[in-house]
Amino acid sequence: MKINSPLQAYKYLPGDNCGICGESTCMAFASRLIERSAELTDCEPILRDDQKKNFENLQELLRPEIREVDIGVGDKAVTIGGDDVLYRHKLTFFNKTVLTYDVWDTMDENDLAERVDHIENFQKFYVGQFLNADAIAIRSVSDEPSQFSETVKKVMEKTNLPIVLCSFNPEVLRAGLEVSSDRNPLIYAANKDNWQEVADIANDYGVPVTLFAPGDLDLLKSMALTFTKMGMENLVLDPGTYPTGTQLRNTFNNFIKLRRAGINGDREIAFPLMSVPLTSWLVYEDTVNASYWETVLACTFIIKYGDIMLLHSTEPYAMLPELHMRDTIYTDPRKPVMVDPGVYEVGSPTADSPVIITTNFALTYYTVESDLASNDIDCYLAAIDTEGIGVEAAVAGGQLTASKIKKGLEESEFDLKEQTNHKTLVLPGLAARLQGDVEDETGANVVIGPADSGRIPGWMDKNWPPSTE
Amino acid sequence: MTKKMKLSDLTEMLKDLDVEALEGVNIEGDIEFDVSGVGLDPNLSYALGYEAAQVSLHIANIAKLLGYPVDQLFGASMGAVGQEAPSAEGIAAKTGLSELASSSFEVSPVKEWTHTIEEVTLGATSSDGGSRGNTITLGGENALPYYFDAEMPHRNYVTMDVFDLPISMAKSVRTNYEDVMDDPAEWAKKVVNEYNADMVTIHLVSTDPNIEDTSAKEASKVVEDVLQAVDVPLVIGGSGNPDKDPEVLEKAAEVAEGERALLASASLNLDYERIAKAATDHGHAILSWTQLEINAQKELNRKLMTQCNVPRDSILMDPTTAALGYGLDYAYTNMERIRLAGLTGDDELTFPMSSGTTNAWGARESWMKESPIQNDSDWGPREYRGPIWEISTGLALALAGNDLFMMMHPTSVQVLKEATQSLFGTKEAEDIDISNWIGAEV
Ligand code: SF4
Repeated sequence: MKINSPLQAYKYLPGDNCGICGESTCMAFASRLIERSAELTDCEPILRDDQKKNFENLQELLRPEIREVDIGVGDKAVTIGGDDVLYRHKLTFFNKTVLTYDVWDTMDENDLAERVDHIENFQKFYVGQFLNADAIAIRSVSDEPSQFSETVKKVMEKTNLPIVLCSFNPEVLRAGLEVSSDRNPLIYAANKDNWQEVADIANDYGVPVTLFAPGDLDLLKSMALTFTKMGMENLVLDPGTYPTGTQLRNTFNNFIKLRRAGINGDREIAFPLMSVPLTSWLVYEDTVNASYWETVLACTFIIKYGDIMLLHSTEPYAMLPELHMRDTIYTDPRKPVMVDPGVYEVGSPTADSPVIITTNFALTYYTVESDLASNDIDCYLAAIDTEGIGVEAAVAGGQLTASKIKKGLEESEFDLKEQTNHKTLVLPGLAARLQGDVEDETGANVVIGPADSGRIPGWMDKNWPPSTE
Repeated sequence: MTKKMKLSDLTEMLKDLDVEALEGVNIEGDIEFDVSGVGLDPNLSYALGYEAAQVSLHIANIAKLLGYPVDQLFGASMGAVGQEAPSAEGIAAKTGLSELASSSFEVSPVKEWTHTIEEVTLGATSSDGGSRGNTITLGGENALPYYFDAEMPHRNYVTMDVFDLPISMAKSVRTNYEDVMDDPAEWAKKVVNEYNADMVTIHLVSTDPNIEDTSAKEASKVVEDVLQAVDVPLVIGGSGNPDKDPEVLEKAAEVAEGERALLASASLNLDYERIAKAATDHGHAILSWTQLEINAQKELNRKLMTQCNVPRDSILMDPTTAALGYGLDYAYTNMERIRLAGLTGDDELTFPMSSGTTNAWGARESWMKESPIQNDSDWGPREYRGPIWEISTGLALALAGNDLFMMMHPTSVQVLKEATQSLFGTKEAEDIDISNWIGAEV
């Protein structure tokens, strides 16, 4: 966006301090606009006719540097682009990289159905929610329009995930769009040979289109400019993802150059970027090597500016790190990372349920909590204030100590002697060295749990209820 | 609002639109198509024009099938020259542009990166009074890693972990070391000779009073053994016990005098002065370790420089590595901020960085047999999950500016080296043609 202080936005707001936007003053709302945590349209008064000019001016000033492009329809639709910064700590990155896994039109029907299911249903629990894949790319390998459109239809019958139609043959793309244009798919791709026809198709159906100019940023920019002149603004740029060697080094720098120029105000190329780690499979034949290298490419371009990427490996050892890396980079660094210290109930604990100690680092807390809850373990879970540091580091750094544990229990008014029959605390395995201190400090019986909370269920079988002397 | 139209109706309508292309064309037939809403707004007439062009194209194709030289006819009437009649699609093109707009892409290097990261050399050869076969220089960057803005003078290096007693480790790591776990010297040889480690880190974990409480003197013998066994530069690590480490590293620094090892680590919660003195007295470099906090990192570096007189070319930073899924977002951003601060002139942060990438093995995804969470999808075989967890953790930090990687799994080391050296520009590979990747049979 073109402004960076609340004052600059405040000038354009109505100044009513009416609170309709959810903030008590226009100034507070201006701060939210600068942080990009509120929409200008949340301010009703500025939508009035007499405010039209202010609305338009401010809207223009607030517009993200990188354009946003929508793909798909309904619940599962995704938006890509929209970034304003080159480094996540400067604000945050918006619109997480869309991880798109492929199917192709020469697959047999059962394999296709199975693969679509796998892509759509793959899930990994993480900090209170599931991580998932976002979209499906359909590649034309046959180069036959009818075969392609049949495959597109089959995919659409199975899933509402957004789709990317991949072919360099305009006839094939058109056939695909004829059956799927109401899903607002992304088409891939216009290149230097087919761009006129692909432009027509994108224009006819009003769908977003990818421009592909491998290794040639001048050509890519010319194409972007040409498409913009023809009235198309829903563009995605693919500068080519060369998988290995110095070609890869150049690819990496192309992504950096494009995004830097875009953030610095070159509107002509300020579009979302597409990366295709799938090219790993042009080099490696066996599944493990190709998947590993594809994951390396995916991680690289999740971190450096890929807004959507096309992937082939659906092995869990590829998808898990990809999903986590995407979450890592797109987590808002401004969000608090701690839970409030205190003793929480998991399930319906009784006086015979264990009291488990952990830290208030959000990740640790949610991991332990989900391990307990998903295994139906009723217990008390004490989040000790370690200033948001995980167990191992907090023990090493002195943020998790016997006195902190005592204080934590006291402050949340949890009385071990009153509320339990066993008077026992369960320390994390990684805090085993605190056992003696905690016994002395709290007078409780202290037992050592496993080093990883995922092993609590097995540990409970052997160690709970605790032996009493 | 939809009504069926016949082509003749269309001709009728188009008359009013001043569309010359169809004037005098009298189409009769029963081709029908749908038009939503009828009026003369520009969008609609455009759409109708398009439909008309499609239909004429269709009919022209029929004419072509019947043997009529349609291309010539269109070519002549639409101004095409010679035999280069436009293709059917070309005729239909209404987007109006037949040539790409000419434009060239430009972007300038970052002007704010005015400072150079210190170069720190580890290891000493016989010419410098040591016995290493080679030295390794880290740092020297003038830009973020692999960026075109300025050449990166040194590649990334990997030092592999060796412990002075068998420790518990993930199964897929352990299987590589089962034969050498009782002998640190053999272990060191294995990682250098078989796994291509650039350096070796000897962790003197047995010195921890809660483990074996090995004396500093006893432990230093292991350092001597490892120095004998391999000739790569060494990192010497304590047990992490803040009370014992100063003494252990002191003794180790003494026996390794002249070898320019890296002492790991000085931190704010132990007697860093003693470790710093051990380093300066015996000519070693020191690892300045803080926990994900840029200001603490500045503070410790400052203390090492001003209070302990450690020369600038002898400081490496470990700002802490948290594994993928376990705080890597902080570790990544912390390193990126440190490197950017260094490049833009914060001289308390212009030092090369080191990552305990091995921490990735603490992530349950890397070692646990299956997910403990019931609704998770199948995690697949852990022997493939572990190495890629270490690789992706390391790779992210490489992109944030990390120079030296402390690692454990041979596959991780190999792939991370391949990746970082490709980005660095020294990995030759056959050029790959990706222009037609969509049709690849993979
Ligand atoms: S709704 Fe608009 S006018 Fe009212 S307080 Fe919010 S910003 Fe100000």
